[in-house]
Amino acid sequence: MKAEKSVSYWRMVFARFKSDRWALSAFWVVIILFLVAIFAPILANDKPMILFYKQKLYFPAVFSYKEFSESDFKELSKELSSSDFVLFPLVPYHPNAYDLLEVLSPPSKRHWLGTDDRGRDVLARLIWGARISLSVGFVAVGIYLVIGVILGAIAGYYGGWVDNLISRFIEVMICFPTFFLIITIIAFLPPSIYNIMIAIGITGWTGVARLVRGEFLKIRQIEYVESARALGAKDRVIIFRHILPNGLAPVLVVGTFGVAEAILIESALSFLGFGAPPPTPSWGEILSQSRSYIDFAWWLASFPGMIIFITVTVYNLVGEGIRDAIDPRLKN
Amino acid sequence: MIFPTLFGISLITFFIIQLAPGSPAELKIRPDQTGALGEQYTQEVIEQTRRLYGLDKPIHIRYFIWLKQIITFNFGESYKDHRPVMDILLERIPISLQLSLSSIFLVYLLAVPIGVYSAYRQKGLLDRIITLFLFILYSLPNFWVAMMLILFLGGGRFLDWFPVYGLNSEGADAFGVWRWLLDRLWHLVLPITCLTYGGLAFLSRQQRGAMLEVIREDYIRTARAKGLSEKLVVFKHALRNSLIPIITLSAALFPAMLGGSVIVESIFSIPGMGKLGFEAILARDYPVIMAIATISAFLTLVGILVADLVYTLVDPRISFEAKR
Repeated sequence: MKAEKSVSYWRMVFARFKSDRWALSAFWVVIILFLVAIFAPILANDKPMILFYKQKLYFPAVFSYKEFSESDFKELSKELSSSDFVLFPLVPYHPNAYDLLEVLSPPSKRHWLGTDDRGRDVLARLIWGARISLSVGFVAVGIYLVIGVILGAIAGYYGGWVDNLISRFIEVMICFPTFFLIITIIAFLPPSIYNIMIAIGITGWTGVARLVRGEFLKIRQIEYVESARALGAKDRVIIFRHILPNGLAPVLVVGTFGVAEAILIESALSFLGFGAPPPTPSWGEILSQSRSYIDFAWWLASFPGMIIFITVTVYNLVGEGIRDAIDPRLKN
Repeated sequence: MIFPTLFGISLITFFIIQLAPGSPAELKIRPDQTGALGEQYTQEVIEQTRRLYGLDKPIHIRYFIWLKQIITFNFGESYKDHRPVMDILLERIPISLQLSLSSIFLVYLLAVPIGVYSAYRQKGLLDRIITLFLFILYSLPNFWVAMMLILFLGGGRFLDWFPVYGLNSEGADAFGVWRWLLDRLWHLVLPITCLTYGGLAFLSRQQRGAMLEVIREDYIRTARAKGLSEKLVVFKHALRNSLIPIITLSAALFPAMLGGSVIVESIFSIPGMGKLGFEAILARDYPVIMAIATISAFLTLVGILVADLVYTLVDPRISFEAKR
């Protein structure tokens, strides 16, 4: 009975979400970005997708075959006989492949979005950069959702001095400028994408904790919690099985907005040179290169910025869509 | 309320520094930090760091030593140029405050009317355009906006309207007061734009939402039913009540501005606290980092308290005692 009811609630939310045109199309863009990130190795690579060579078919990803690990496929494709067949990815460049003959070339037929100061294809780097941005976005938000939900739940459920302690802690954390705190932490740790995730994670949880605390304060007074307690349910069970699922909807909204913000923070970090260690392709890193060539290399400045903007926008739109779907009263 | 929070702020700052790989003294003798500097210098630095942090003592004692020093605003000396950190900060803070306070002022000046108008003409064409525009602004990364402003308006590729470097033109000290002020403003246009637009987008949306919520209240219907003019209803009854949640947001805006100033000040070479912090982090200048973290947290705390105070002033329903 209970399980059924919660399903219908989410189904209702989903139906409302679907009726929001903007949110729904943003959601599709989110999916596309995900696919781009997942399939980056076969979207942008200097190794072919399909190779039919010397009567043998290599598929799908040639880079997993040992006999080709050393060979240059551009050379190989020139000496192919008529019976052989090769199909390169859409963007036939590896994000880290240098080409010193084509340094800083503007967008052209060969390099659709131009090349950077080492002759690397910008589009290839943008495609691979999606992996960094999205994984940082999701893992960082995942970390702070866990911290925020647990602390908020404990504070809201138990109240009293525990609540007092946690609330003071939140107040203290809010006082620090988050971005400054993050770069401080990152500068002290060895450069790695995991440390970025952790730094964003351990500084970003305050909003979630406050929200969850509020939800718990509200929900713990509802009769069903009391009856669960009367039946002898343990605190842990009441918190996680009875209260949390009913307070989770707003957390989902905060999480979605959080992903947008984490992506912004990651690109800002890379822009300042605190990002993933080179040569890892990342959106902010391409932008930071453009600082040195701002007077002519417009493609270095505009395309990564546009991608960051689009990504952040679609997550914000989806977040807004979910918020309106959960609480239609807010929709105006 | 202020003292436990201050205590917490100091605790967190202290532990962040402890998190750094190795102790500050050890780090200083790493060859890549001091590099070419002589043996004597290194020894001196170690001694200085030891004195500052009392590194030979257990951690809780070290904390209290450090606390005793920062209570008197003694943050030690910068590793970089051996000047007292407080002196450096006192030069930098006014510059950052200039930026962030004028940004916050601009945000409120623009956001409130935009939000009110948008809510008042809800679903109208202009409201839709404004909403869309604000949404776009909200998602734009500020470092990118800074680059684009430089590219288009700062002599990058197109127009050369605004300077993109520093706070004043060269030789500005010789200018008269008005010319100096104008020159300063001219230099601040782009950085302040970068700092402002995000908060503006955020706050206008909040204002619109708050206004829409208030307009639905019973007392607005009552006011209308009484036959009050629409102008009076909107500006006296609705606006004032919708402002209440907006005021508290200034407390959240302030740390965001300080964080944003790291990027904006670095890009536009403005010698404020943000740029100082950025350079200190790059150089691992621990005393400076700790001082900035502590002081900006302290400033934020003051901002929150002021917002709370204003809150109780504008909303007699809330008293300080009840809220605490």
